[in-house]
Amino acid sequence: MSQNLFSEELNAFVDEWKDKPGNLIMVLHRVQQEIGYISREAADEVSKRLGIPLAKIWGVVTFYHFFKLNKPGKYNIQVCLGTACYLKGGDIIIEELEKQKGLTVGGLTEDGKFSLEAVRCVGCCGLAPVMTIAGEVFGKVTKDQVAGVLDKFA
Amino acid sequence: MAFKNYILVCGGTACESSKSDQIYKNLIEEAKNQGVADQVQVVKTGCFGFCEQGPIVKVLPEDSFYVQVKPEDAKEIISEHVIKGREITRLQYGHHVRKAYEEVEDIQFYKKQKRVVLRNCGKIDPENIDEYIACDGYKALEKALFEMSEDDIINELKIAGLRGRGGAGFPTWMKWNFTKQAEGDVKYVVCNADEGDPGAYMDRSTLEGDPHSVLEAMTICGKAIGAHQGFIYIRAEYPLAIHRLEVAMKQAREYGLLGKDILGSGFDYDIEIRLGAGAFVCGEETALLQSIEGHRGMPQPRPPFPAVKGLWGKPTVINNVETWANIPAIIVNGGAWFASIGTEDSHGTKVFALTGKICNSGLVEVPMGTTLREIVFDIGGGIANGKKFKAVQTGGPSGGVITEENLDTPIDFGSLMKIGSMMGSGGMIVMDEDDCIVDVAKFYLDFTVDESCGKCAPCRIGGKTLNALLGKITEGKASDEDVAQMRQIALAMQKGSLCALGQTAPNPVLSTLKYFPEEYEAHIRDKKCPSGKCKRLISYSIDPTKCIGCTACARKCPVGAISGELKKPHSINTQVCIKCGVCKETCKFSAISVK
Repeated sequence: MSQNLFSEELNAFVDEWKDKPGNLIMVLHRVQQEIGYISREAADEVSKRLGIPLAKIWGVVTFYHFFKLNKPGKYNIQVCLGTACYLKGGDIIIEELEKQKGLTVGGLTEDGKFSLEAVRCVGCCGLAPVMTIAGEVFGKVTKDQVAGVLDKFA
Repeated sequence: MAFKNYILVCGGTACESSKSDQIYKNLIEEAKNQGVADQVQVVKTGCFGFCEQGPIVKVLPEDSFYVQVKPEDAKEIISEHVIKGREITRLQYGHHVRKAYEEVEDIQFYKKQKRVVLRNCGKIDPENIDEYIACDGYKALEKALFEMSEDDIINELKIAGLRGRGGAGFPTWMKWNFTKQAEGDVKYVVCNADEGDPGAYMDRSTLEGDPHSVLEAMTICGKAIGAHQGFIYIRAEYPLAIHRLEVAMKQAREYGLLGKDILGSGFDYDIEIRLGAGAFVCGEETALLQSIEGHRGMPQPRPPFPAVKGLWGKPTVINNVETWANIPAIIVNGGAWFASIGTEDSHGTKVFALTGKICNSGLVEVPMGTTLREIVFDIGGGIANGKKFKAVQTGGPSGGVITEENLDTPIDFGSLMKIGSMMGSGGMIVMDEDDCIVDVAKFYLDFTVDESCGKCAPCRIGGKTLNALLGKITEGKASDEDVAQMRQIALAMQKGSLCALGQTAPNPVLSTLKYFPEEYEAHIRDKKCPSGKCKRLISYSIDPTKCIGCTACARKCPVGAISGELKKPHSINTQVCIKCGVCKETCKFSAISVK
């Protein structure tokens, strides 16, 4: 595997953590931060660099919700389904996204623009129900507002 | 140099989500433009707790409490308040309901609160160590390093009677004492900041608003048990809290409060951050340690407890964020002071994230022994939109519901257990008459089934089966035998699961069965969902006496299930209807009802 798969910074990070105990999860976080998900190639590279079997890496990546196996869309949409948002209609937002963009949870639009994730508690329950698009938070979202919010990212 | 005014802008996640960062920048910019940059200091603080009214801006010394501030209000705050000394009435809390409050403490939301854990949140700039030190910060560490022996520190916690705030309520001093006495050349201190309970954000706000309090407490623990390395295991979903911890650690190292030879005492101690990756089970201490070691977060059988055999097999103290944040205050003010707050069974305060169908959502800290009624109705302001109170859920997916009849229960570890719920980490979710209790139980079980690590059969198989039976109930396909089977499975899970996740997963089901038997019966026998939430059990109909035939609903219906002539009552074809509810929302004459 070529060294260019990872940027210089990422390589430096891997070197820094290489000999620390319990480094795997920290390295995977850094990889996902750069590439957006954990691709098979990236996992191979981590395996080689850290001397950890690929099977073990795959075991860890699939165990934790935070690690993604598929490339996210240009704009990743997160709809909160924490308890407060669920009670205030987080599921209705997901239905509306499906209606408007044909998005299902874990899916991607055909043009690769939007991907949809259901998440547990964004942490602003006072604004429930909450959705975030590319990191921007939208609170007290109603069904009718969904289209307008999406248009901002057209 | 003293400033004429200090403007505190909330920098918690909820307020930042509503553009408080822009308010902060605009205030600085406006102060400069209007030539008063040398008269005001703008500070970004931690969470004020009153998230419902955010973003919040407080101006000192007048103590003006401005709510729902917008970035464009910055200009007026500078020109009116700072320059002309006039408070801006339209931004003050409560101006439209009654006269503006004179003191912040008089606001109903804050009146019954007592801030120990959140003592510095909303008061200091969490990214400035000098402000923490000015508020007695690191005084406890100094005392612990130079005036107290290891046993003195542990004894102070014993007098305080501090119990772990992560949910189980185990006495903190005992944990520390076991670890101190455990044999081992290397010992570790771990902070559990993997706050995974949906709808709870106490720990995040504490770390965002006052990160040094946790660092200080962990260092004190290091001295007490003989550890030189601490780890903070924090959710990767909390970027702001991680950032503030990193800043705080860097500043503490620069000040000689972390690292080699702390304050010249000869004691070495440092802290590292380790990121979680979104697995709820990692809040369980043995699973958390597995995760720090870089493995799948699978719980391990106990004993041995982490105090004997923890991180990398070494004796380890694990406490959660809120427990840590209490400790500097206990060391500075003394254990007796802490023990004087709260009830016989539980000392001190508890922070709750009050959310759901409540008027004042937010972060509240109350003395133990406060009743649920005081929290929900006095602090929380009651149910939003004039609806009727149904239940309050504490303890998240491990807890249970509390109904009207038990609202006067004083909150402490023991009393909540007695009424079939638990303290948990501090999520408090209020439900109103529109919420279906079976649906809520299923929501929690969906969560625990999804989060089960799969290691032990009672949790892995029991949870799935229990959830399938609940699903049958919400679809109107269940019988009384199914309920009997549910109880049996719940018992097996409680008795046979390896860790607390599986043992407590049936709690939401059992407690809702106990307090709302009639609602389960309605689903099972009458095939009806009284609150109209379970789609399979409801149908929409049009009242012909109210319908004027405006055709609005028929035009909106996505599946063309509504028919009728103009100006004549319409009707719904229930065979075609997908129960989306668009018609009911559209109708201006309340002619459409759900049954």
